[in-house]
Amino acid sequence: MTDDQGGVGAGAQLAGGFGSSGRGPRLLSGGGRRATVISTASTLVVLAALAAIFWFAPGSAAVRHTFFNPQDMWQSFVGNPRKGYYSVGEALWLNIRMFLVAEVLILALALVIALARQSTSPVMFPFRVLAMIYVDFFRGVPLLLVVFVIGLGVPALRLPFVSSQSAAIYGVCALVLSYSAYVSEVYRAGLNSVHQSQVAGARSLGLSHATALRYVILPQAVRNIIPPLLNDFISLQKDTALVGVLGAIEANEAAQIYSSTVFNFSSFTVAAILFLILTIPLARFTDRLVARDRARRLAGGLR
Amino acid sequence: MSGGAAGYAPAAISIEHVDKSFGANQVLSGISLEVAPHEVICLIGASGSGKSTLLRCINLLEPIDAGRISLLGHPVTGGNIDQNLVRRQVGIVFQSFNLFPHMTVLRNVTLAPTKALRMPRADAEQQARELLTRFGLQDKQHEYPDRLSGGQQQRVAIVRALAMQPQIMLLDEVTSALDPELVAEVLDLIRELASGGMTMLIATHEMSFARDIANRVCFLEEGRIIEDAPPARLFSSPQDDRTKRFLRRIVEAGRL
Repeated sequence: MTDDQGGVGAGAQLAGGFGSSGRGPRLLSGGGRRATVISTASTLVVLAALAAIFWFAPGSAAVRHTFFNPQDMWQSFVGNPRKGYYSVGEALWLNIRMFLVAEVLILALALVIALARQSTSPVMFPFRVLAMIYVDFFRGVPLLLVVFVIGLGVPALRLPFVSSQSAAIYGVCALVLSYSAYVSEVYRAGLNSVHQSQVAGARSLGLSHATALRYVILPQAVRNIIPPLLNDFISLQKDTALVGVLGAIEANEAAQIYSSTVFNFSSFTVAAILFLILTIPLARFTDRLVARDRARRLAGGLR
Repeated sequence: MSGGAAGYAPAAISIEHVDKSFGANQVLSGISLEVAPHEVICLIGASGSGKSTLLRCINLLEPIDAGRISLLGHPVTGGNIDQNLVRRQVGIVFQSFNLFPHMTVLRNVTLAPTKALRMPRADAEQQARELLTRFGLQDKQHEYPDRLSGGQQQRVAIVRALAMQPQIMLLDEVTSALDPELVAEVLDLIRELASGGMTMLIATHEMSFARDIANRVCFLEEGRIIEDAPPARLFSSPQDDRTKRFLRRIVEAGRL
């Protein structure tokens, strides 16, 4: 085999590897070795330009010291309670727990709201109106305000039990109230995406409304809305940082405490990196689901 | 089979002066029709003549504006009717199959018996397998609907309705969405149901099939039954001018 043939073979392999593996649009599109060389070169040039701007800017040294000081980054990541600051890494665990609890509650509450809004019977009229007001209200009010009102207002009521919970619990309540409004609209879009003939098919078999919903409509609706749902959950993951304003020691608040103790912002860089480590896998997973769904629709599969 | 001596059995379906409008569009005007037990009646007529709406009204999928419908001697219109109970006695199959795409064939067939009749799952699956075998679908039971041909999907849809052990079957243009070569397998299935004594009301565009299978054929136009006669008479010597005109168009289109 001559060099030339070997080259062509490798190029074809690359094109196959990147271009036509059938998962929808890819970062690297096909086109063989030439395209790979060009994309690599262009990436290097862009990165080098950005690095140069950052490095040779007049205030570069100061910025690097304030935001990217390796020692401060490490200190804030591990924390030191005796010096008055907490570990950002450990505080992230609170974000994760708040996210997981809120996620489950949001999925349940949003479904109830969506079903109330979708109901047609006259008996349900007051619930329909309530659900509409709920969604309008919590979609219109900034999340930060909801966090403040719940986190500071409810304790001030001095009710037994209800007013003596931790900041994290109030924070989760605020997140659930606000996100349920958004997610209920996602559910509603999903319910509407299931064709009316499926309802007729189920009801004509003598299935009750509830049974038809449970076994026929909802499974199809949920399948259609998994990508937008995951999208909302990506933003929920970082919005758990807002609960810090109530004094809960989550990652962002821990970073804040570090920076005001040591007067260095590198702790925020650490928090940002940690949030990225959480959100990027979910984002890539969502992309994969969307691509798979697209492929399935193109293949003329599920309606 | 149900019912006593033929002469005393109540009509399987009794429709009296039924009106139905969608907004300003009157789809059924004063329709009356009796179907005796084990009778097979075909409804023919142009699209929009009210055939489908009539079937959907009998299954209570559409409320009627005026008139009465009784099934097996019991009124099903008016107040205080358990719609689900009625629908369990009356199977309906649609032009567009309406199979549940997220369930296997077997689950499509067993869902209603297990959930609506509370039949134990093993019994429902046993019954489903017997029905699927009877209609040549036994090797498809674990497939999803999108893996089946149109004809197979429609046969599964009919089996799904039969799994509720209905007394009456309503078939709404069940071959209209099928490729021509797939029509025969579905019509054969319906023939077998008819020979088994199933009471059926069939809206169809398949004239030769109607002539072949029906005890009576009703021609509908503008929400009225124009002519109601045994197929031999309706197709060879129609009485009403409108029936003649319709049949002439069918013949010209090469469909009879």
